[in-house]
Amino acid sequence: MARERKGILEKIDDWRWLLSQEYKPGMRVPGLVFASEAMLDVIGQDQAIEQVANVAFLPGIVKYSMAMPDIHWGYGFPIGGVAAMRVEDGVISPGGVGFDINCGTRILRTNLTEEEVRPRLKDLMNQIFRDIPAGLGGSGLLRVSLKEIDEVLVKGVRWALEQEYAWPEDLAAIEGGGALSGANPDKVSRRAKERGGPQLGTIGSGNHFLEVQVVDQVYEREAAEVMGISGPGQVLAFIHTGSRGLGHQTCQDFLDVMEEAAERYGIHLPDKQLACAPINSREGQDYLGGMTAAANFAFCNRQLIAHWTRAVFQRVFGRDAREDLGMFVVYDVAHNIAKIERHRLDGREITVCVHRKGATRAFPPGHPDVSAKYQKIGQPVLVPGDMGRYSYIAVGTEQAMSETWGSTCHGAGRMMSRHAAKRSLKGVDIAQRLAERGIYVRAQDRGSLAEEASEAYKDVAEVVDVLDRAGISRKVCRMRPMGVVKG
Amino acid sequence: MEHTADVGIIVHGADLAELFANAGAGMFALMADPDLIEEREERSIQVEARDRETLLVRWLTELLYYLDAQQMLFRRFQIDELTETRLRARGFGEAIDRDRHQLHCGVKAVTRHMLEIAPEDGGYQATVLFDI
Repeated sequence: MARERKGILEKIDDWRWLLSQEYKPGMRVPGLVFASEAMLDVIGQDQAIEQVANVAFLPGIVKYSMAMPDIHWGYGFPIGGVAAMRVEDGVISPGGVGFDINCGTRILRTNLTEEEVRPRLKDLMNQIFRDIPAGLGGSGLLRVSLKEIDEVLVKGVRWALEQEYAWPEDLAAIEGGGALSGANPDKVSRRAKERGGPQLGTIGSGNHFLEVQVVDQVYEREAAEVMGISGPGQVLAFIHTGSRGLGHQTCQDFLDVMEEAAERYGIHLPDKQLACAPINSREGQDYLGGMTAAANFAFCNRQLIAHWTRAVFQRVFGRDAREDLGMFVVYDVAHNIAKIERHRLDGREITVCVHRKGATRAFPPGHPDVSAKYQKIGQPVLVPGDMGRYSYIAVGTEQAMSETWGSTCHGAGRMMSRHAAKRSLKGVDIAQRLAERGIYVRAQDRGSLAEEASEAYKDVAEVVDVLDRAGISRKVCRMRPMGVVKG
Repeated sequence: MEHTADVGIIVHGADLAELFANAGAGMFALMADPDLIEEREERSIQVEARDRETLLVRWLTELLYYLDAQQMLFRRFQIDELTETRLRARGFGEAIDRDRHQLHCGVKAVTRHMLEIAPEDGGYQATVLFDI
């Protein structure tokens, strides 16, 4: 089976594989998969390539239905997929964003070294586990009214700043300033707001986490320095979570709307989960407004977690988070989102709706949407790996801009289902195994840790290397985990 | 049931009402040990949809609403009315107690992936995949 699917792809170069438009009648553009030859064997094991072909059916899609090397089987869209649709005649699809709207990552730097943190690591992780809700049923430390949620949906991190949960310089280090324009809180249902309200400022479960990491390799010293990273041994905090129940419900609500809309607009879909509507239709605009609002909720969620992370560090180390520990945001970026952007195609400027489903924006140096601080090096890209190996920071490039709508990978990508991972690691105490390697894990459910073990994921190094060699995003540094909090 | 990203359940029921009740119980069994959930509270639930597959998704999503908004873990369901497009039911369970309940990963959403309610010998069967 794997061989067969691999055979469908035509080699362009060592890192690029073409899925012919002839593969399935109805494809409007070909597919383009970024991967090494070795990775294709894994990619071919599930339905992900089929999903790349299905996305190519969507009206208005331009150039390619693309897949990053961390691609795996999703719902309708593959996870690790990138697709841009022309605004004039293209569609927007909730499945191209996913249930967890603006699931994303954030890194805080610190002035601390591994030597300073190691003796206090258990205290630090235990305090994080106590103070920052993770896992099922973890309610946020805030009580917000529906009216306040509406403010969060419009203002995103600016709301957090008003409430003194943010530092003024945080905003410039977040995609879109942490408050995307065009958010329409009226397009987020009351049910969605009631689901998300108690969860504002919580990590959640599944693959979400908060890790204390240490830099162990620096590939580009100058870019690292701009990010406030001076070299190996420096400790960072890495946050991975999204819009919680508010985003999940918003996606669910609009999948229903779009299924009916797609029928009404006569859009032929090879998979119901690709349900969509024209970007310029009422349904399309409603989803765009609701999805953007949910994205702002997610930015604010990561902001609150960052705020309490600073408070925990301050308490455990007895030093001021800002003046002494220098816990500034390196960057915060979405990897489940759709955005209206200007791009160049065949020498002309076009406006497209870029769907990034498990893919990260990776804008180049000099791009107007890249904050002043990063104008020279390009937008930082934060790529989480698995909890037993490492994560990366990279930067966007001109090549990404011209080839992938300024997009790159979002992580390692799953290789094994949760069940298969649990089965193959039966009897293995994952927390103990990690402890032997100096990684301290706190989790609500130790039994489920096997589902998130290294074996379940591709090696993120291979993913990042493919994109580095293809010129899409350049590696800046690598971090390994010291402490992990999981739901 | 396996999907690279997530997990799912295969549900059986002697009739559609039992299938819907079992799907709800099955979803909660993925998240918490049912034997530790006590029936202390009750919620009335009503959903409508244009077909029975969508009805199943809406039903399970409504249960996730009670989980997220009110911390409810359900152990058992009583289906009071069920047509192709409408469901009225009661759920029995209690709010999450993190010290007492054995909790696993939360379900984020109910997907339509390969979702089909099909007749089988002695009743109905459905496969439901969840986004975790």
